[in-house]
Amino acid sequence: MEHTRRAAEKAQRADIRTRWLLSAPALVVIALASVGPLLIVLVYSFLSPGPYGDVIWKPSLEGWFNVFFSRDIFDDTVSFADAHLSILWRSIKLAIGTTFLTFVFGFPTAYFIASRSPRSRAIWLFLITIPFWTNLLIRAFAIQEVIRNEGIINSLLMSAGLITQPIQMMFTDFAIMVGMTYVHLPLMVLPLYASMEKLDFRLVEAGYDLYATRLAVLRRIIIPQVRPGIIAGSILVFIPSLGSYVIPRVLGGGRNLMVGNLIELQFGQGRNWPLGAALSITLVFIVLVALAFYVRNVGKSGGSHG
Amino acid sequence: MRENKGDILLLENPCRFAIEVRGVSRIYGASSERVTALGGVFVSIRENEFFTLLGPSGCGKTTLLRLIAGFDFPTEGEILLHGQDIAPLPPFKRPVNTVFQNYALFPHMTVAQNIAFGLEMLGKPKDEIRARVDEMLKLVHMEQMRDRYTGQISGGQQQRVALARALAPQPKVLLLDEPLSALDYKLRKEMQIELKRLQSETGITFIFVTHDQEEALTMSDRIAVMSAGRIHQVGTAREIYDRPADRFVADFIGETNFLQATVVGTANDRATVRLASGEILDAGLPERFKPQGEVTVVIRPEHAQLFADDGEESGIKGVLENVVYFGTDTHYHVRLGGGDIFIVRRQNTRTSVDVLEPGVPVGIRLGSDAALVLRD
Ligand SMILES: Nc1ncnc2c1ncn2[C@@H]1O[C@H](COP(=O)(O)OP(=O)(O)O)[C@@H](O)[C@H]1O
Ligand SMILES: [Mg+2]
Repeated sequence: MEHTRRAAEKAQRADIRTRWLLSAPALVVIALASVGPLLIVLVYSFLSPGPYGDVIWKPSLEGWFNVFFSRDIFDDTVSFADAHLSILWRSIKLAIGTTFLTFVFGFPTAYFIASRSPRSRAIWLFLITIPFWTNLLIRAFAIQEVIRNEGIINSLLMSAGLITQPIQMMFTDFAIMVGMTYVHLPLMVLPLYASMEKLDFRLVEAGYDLYATRLAVLRRIIIPQVRPGIIAGSILVFIPSLGSYVIPRVLGGGRNLMVGNLIELQFGQGRNWPLGAALSITLVFIVLVALAFYVRNVGKSGGSHG
Repeated sequence: MRENKGDILLLENPCRFAIEVRGVSRIYGASSERVTALGGVFVSIRENEFFTLLGPSGCGKTTLLRLIAGFDFPTEGEILLHGQDIAPLPPFKRPVNTVFQNYALFPHMTVAQNIAFGLEMLGKPKDEIRARVDEMLKLVHMEQMRDRYTGQISGGQQQRVALARALAPQPKVLLLDEPLSALDYKLRKEMQIELKRLQSETGITFIFVTHDQEEALTMSDRIAVMSAGRIHQVGTAREIYDRPADRFVADFIGETNFLQATVVGTANDRATVRLASGEILDAGLPERFKPQGEVTVVIRPEHAQLFADDGEESGIKGVLENVVYFGTDTHYHVRLGGGDIFIVRRQNTRTSVDVLEPGVPVGIRLGSDAALVLRD
């Protein structure tokens, strides 16, 4: 007995060792590519800014202080950094809005694809991924071409005589939302599709059989079944849209900043790397809190599976 | 949520038939590869009836149920519910509920929530729903399981929940698509009795689908025997077993001996036929059927008796080839003069002994109404 138990323990230890060895390459990549840079950014946020960018290896809380407060250069009075906070808040609102819009457009799209025959599904999925072939910057300029004052929409409306003045769409939050929704839509559609593909359409029939209207079937049967896809899609859209940089830069112009642009500013013209680093860490923190909150709430409502 | 309350089909002048299927066809696929799942089916199902659709897999049973439920639409023909055409009604407005072949319980809801679903969708008040769910749980003996998720209960229990869920809204007609086929033998026997009880207690018309003839014979008020998208015969278990309308029904239901014969003469509803082996036989005729020439005669194995052929008694003569013991009964395989095999079944008692050994010449004695001429 004792002997076999010890042999089993030994085998288990060996098993654990090989598992660690096997996963070592992955762990190294994760450490180098993910944790490492984050640590560097964290360290930078506690250092002093150099005169031409970069950091001086002198510990300082100035970076973090500047995230939340601003000190008047003349009389040293301290006030809240309204600009930073409002940009952060705007970014969060825009990211939530984008997530919502991609869901509104992505859900029917995914449902449409999932209810096609297996062969045509592949074609539709392929079409969904086509935008990824083009550079993000080019796609942003393409949207600009559609919505700018002399762009397609305005010229069509004007030539139809519906408006006399072009509608100002460029450089507004609307423009940013349009761009971010367009760019992130596939990230919502793909996970939604993945869980809808597994949806048991007989449950939909059972719903109709029990007097549920189409809307009720959607709310009570389909959405609870595809909840994992909704969660995954929302996370995949929310995170990159919160940190968006190119879209607000091109479509929002210089005035409508998001936190991504603010961070870029600190590492560029602002020459305040510690502040940029602290802002980055703040962003990561916001994402983590939002995720925890979201997963807990959306994951819970409607009950769990047995 | 509740927009459909009230415009569920109202039944002002109930008629004798719960469901009338009139010339319904369902053809799947484009012209090149057409599948005729149903080809011109006519059948009328009475109110409060336990009606069974019996037929081999792929004969169109599920298709017919789906047409009645409204998940699918006939290519041709119409379906009446209590005398009214239901074609314009979407499934959620038909007072018809389904127990699905694989139950299709909602996995994200508890047992009680599953049962309450239909009532909620009908916009019933909360306390009424609660009372009805309790009643249903009691009816199917599942009170203990009300807060379990459907993944946490056994197949037989899921079956009961599916039943309760479909019965809760008190439909006019309940459709059951092979509801017992996934259960093991014992449980299936139990549920058969249970289903009969539920049907007589609720007074709801049941349309029950099965490919199991024993299930159909024991449970149904009437049976429709189907194959390849058409109905061969509708009748009580007795009618179908004792007077099969054609070769398919005779073959599909129970065991039958088919004998080739030539008509010698007919009188009233009886015919005199000569078997291939030369014996003359008296056989019953289906209604309004006067055959001539070659016919097929059917004889059930239990309607024949075997005796040792000592040349004294007349009957169909042959040689005993094989004796198979089944516990409740014994089958004797007899090779007839014409070369066909004829099976005789004898009920066993504890002390019955097989006096006849394979290889001996035997005779087959028939009751006066044992043989029937087939109409095909
Ligand atoms: N959606 C469909 N598309 C094409 N053929 C179908 C479809 N549904 C059923 N069929 C065909 O119709 C026939 C009857 O099917 P079904 O009603 O399911 O039979 P059963 O329930 O009696 O086993 C089968 O040959 C089946 O292949
Ligand atoms: Mg079937």
